[in-house]
Amino acid sequence: MTAPATEGSLPQQRGRLARVPSLAAFADGILITLMLGAVILWFAPAGMGRYGTYVLSLWLVTSIAVMGLNLTLGYAGLKSLAQAAFMGLGAYATALLTTKVGLNWYTSFALSGLLTFAVGLVLGFPALRVKAHYLAFVTLAFSTLIWLILRNEQWLTGGVFGLSNIPRPSLFGLKLDGALAFHRFVVIVTLILAVALWWMIRSPWGRAFTALRENPIRAASLGIDTRMYTLLAFAIGSAYAGFAGALYAPLVEFIDPSPFSLSQSFFLLLMVVAGGAGYLLGPFIGALLGVVLPEWLRVVGSLYLIIFATIVMLLLIACPQGVSGLLERGWAKLTGKGKIGKTVAGKSVAPNTGGRS
Amino acid sequence: MSPVLEVSNIHKAFGGIKAVNGVSFSVKEGEILGIIGPNGCGKSTLFNCILGQLDPTEGTVKLDGKEVTGMRPSDLNRLGVSRTFQLLQVFPELSVRENLILAGQEHEGTMLSRFFGRRDAGLTEKADRMIGFFKLGHLVDAKAGGLSYGQQKLLDAAMAFMAGPRLVLLDEPAGGVNLTMLGDLKERLRAINAEQGATFVVIEHNMDFVMSLCTRVLVLAEGKVLAEGTPAEVRANRQVIEAYLGH
Ligand SMILES: Nc1ncnc2c1ncn2[C@@H]1O[C@H](COP(=O)(O)OP(=O)(O)OP(=O)(O)O)[C@@H](O)[C@H]1O
Ligand SMILES: [Mg+2]
Repeated sequence: MTAPATEGSLPQQRGRLARVPSLAAFADGILITLMLGAVILWFAPAGMGRYGTYVLSLWLVTSIAVMGLNLTLGYAGLKSLAQAAFMGLGAYATALLTTKVGLNWYTSFALSGLLTFAVGLVLGFPALRVKAHYLAFVTLAFSTLIWLILRNEQWLTGGVFGLSNIPRPSLFGLKLDGALAFHRFVVIVTLILAVALWWMIRSPWGRAFTALRENPIRAASLGIDTRMYTLLAFAIGSAYAGFAGALYAPLVEFIDPSPFSLSQSFFLLLMVVAGGAGYLLGPFIGALLGVVLPEWLRVVGSLYLIIFATIVMLLLIACPQGVSGLLERGWAKLTGKGKIGKTVAGKSVAPNTGGRS
Repeated sequence: MSPVLEVSNIHKAFGGIKAVNGVSFSVKEGEILGIIGPNGCGKSTLFNCILGQLDPTEGTVKLDGKEVTGMRPSDLNRLGVSRTFQLLQVFPELSVRENLILAGQEHEGTMLSRFFGRRDAGLTEKADRMIGFFKLGHLVDAKAGGLSYGQQKLLDAAMAFMAGPRLVLLDEPAGGVNLTMLGDLKERLRAINAEQGATFVVIEHNMDFVMSLCTRVLVLAEGKVLAEGTPAEVRANRQVIEAYLGH
């Protein structure tokens, strides 16, 4: 506590101050990774055959839904149990709009996003007014409701028989019916959506999301409308599920209720966590584990889910920040530096500030 | 001219505990009001009732003569009321500069401009000036969590001033800050008060700090106002000496 002591400890102090690697440089690293990834995936299906190509596309489509959930959970800290239901809403909306109403895919895609965004607002507004925890229950109920509608309202959804003959879009007059052509289309759409999210996370919005997850009470005291940002994070996250659904429908060309059940919503949550919640590239890793791993583990048959669950558990014991966290640690060891891709760590609690934020 | 802040008959009970029990006071433009009192006498609870963090059981809060009781903290902040908390609250994973940009960004533009516009919301220069003003210039890019306690305390205060507020409520700004830095902090607060005409309400246990900084002092005891006056008057008040100042 005496003044002279500070003199001696100064160099140590300096060392302790982890310099934040120039944020701009790091964000561009993510953008470059996204671009490179898109180029690789553009050519990747070469020699893979129809099925391999389909699995790659499915991975990307799933990544979009996981990206949305990563925004909701990883950035805003909200637990949504309806991501698969939102995806179903988008998929069925697109299927109905393209087959029954005769709209083109692009309009249907936009409307699916708009619909899921709006439903997200309607669900989130009352839930988040009360308490963030309520969102988990509200989305749980919503998930069940969507499931029942998809299953039972045959006149609209085709019930268990689903909807078929969903057309694939064309681009500048080019038909995208082939597996490879449609895969490349999926690559482009995924890239656009990922870049949009990247942009948002590095804008002042991203800073506000970070702040409200770290310390909502302090954030509110600095003028950040925590309710609005939380609601936006949830609604945008849900819209990404809608976009994923709108791509999923023409990818599989036939949809039924099963991929949109509650257990699928949990599965998507697992992918967020396994990939690394709060990391921009985490969803791609999580979805890779969730979509491609099962293909590799096909030989073991139904044991697959047990193996997957075990891998995720071991992973989370080893590193609660998922694969992205593991990679970050490895990178830090290699370079002797700190964080690369993460915006936020633990939450600090604010005692003696009352309940409201 | 109506006072900047007018607090009337605030009550707040937690179950059986009457933390604040009928407090009224007002603050005029440019004043620095100190609030002192024993531990647990309701100072922080009073702040939280004024700032919309807690709903008072009874009573009203007026800002420039307009009632703002129970208004949300974020809305109040955008009306020019900012604060610090008793326990240090910076965002440890953000750099010093990012902390300050965060503290200012919601006061500029719209939600849309914050999405499409510049990532620093055009605030880098202002943030750096504030950082320089609080003598943290060598730490702009350091993570807030890696700063010493006293430095974080300065950053915490700097954040409260980032948006150029008209009224600032500080809860124990001097707690845990060493003597040299304390002098600095006092000098900074005085300068902001003089240059920007900002009005302050400061809760503090450090008597030297309060008595030398504040123009007027309010003494609380058991949730009630025990005395009010200039530092000299308060220091000479018998009741205050018995209840709080001792000897
Ligand atoms: N959220 C709460 N729930 C229940 N009781 C509370 C709460 N906040 C404060 N209290 C009680 O209210 C009383 C006043 O607390 P407060 O924090 O306002 O005191 P203070 O004057 O700020 O004290 P200090 O000088 O120690 O900071 C205390 O008895 C405290 O235990
Ligand atoms: Mg207190």
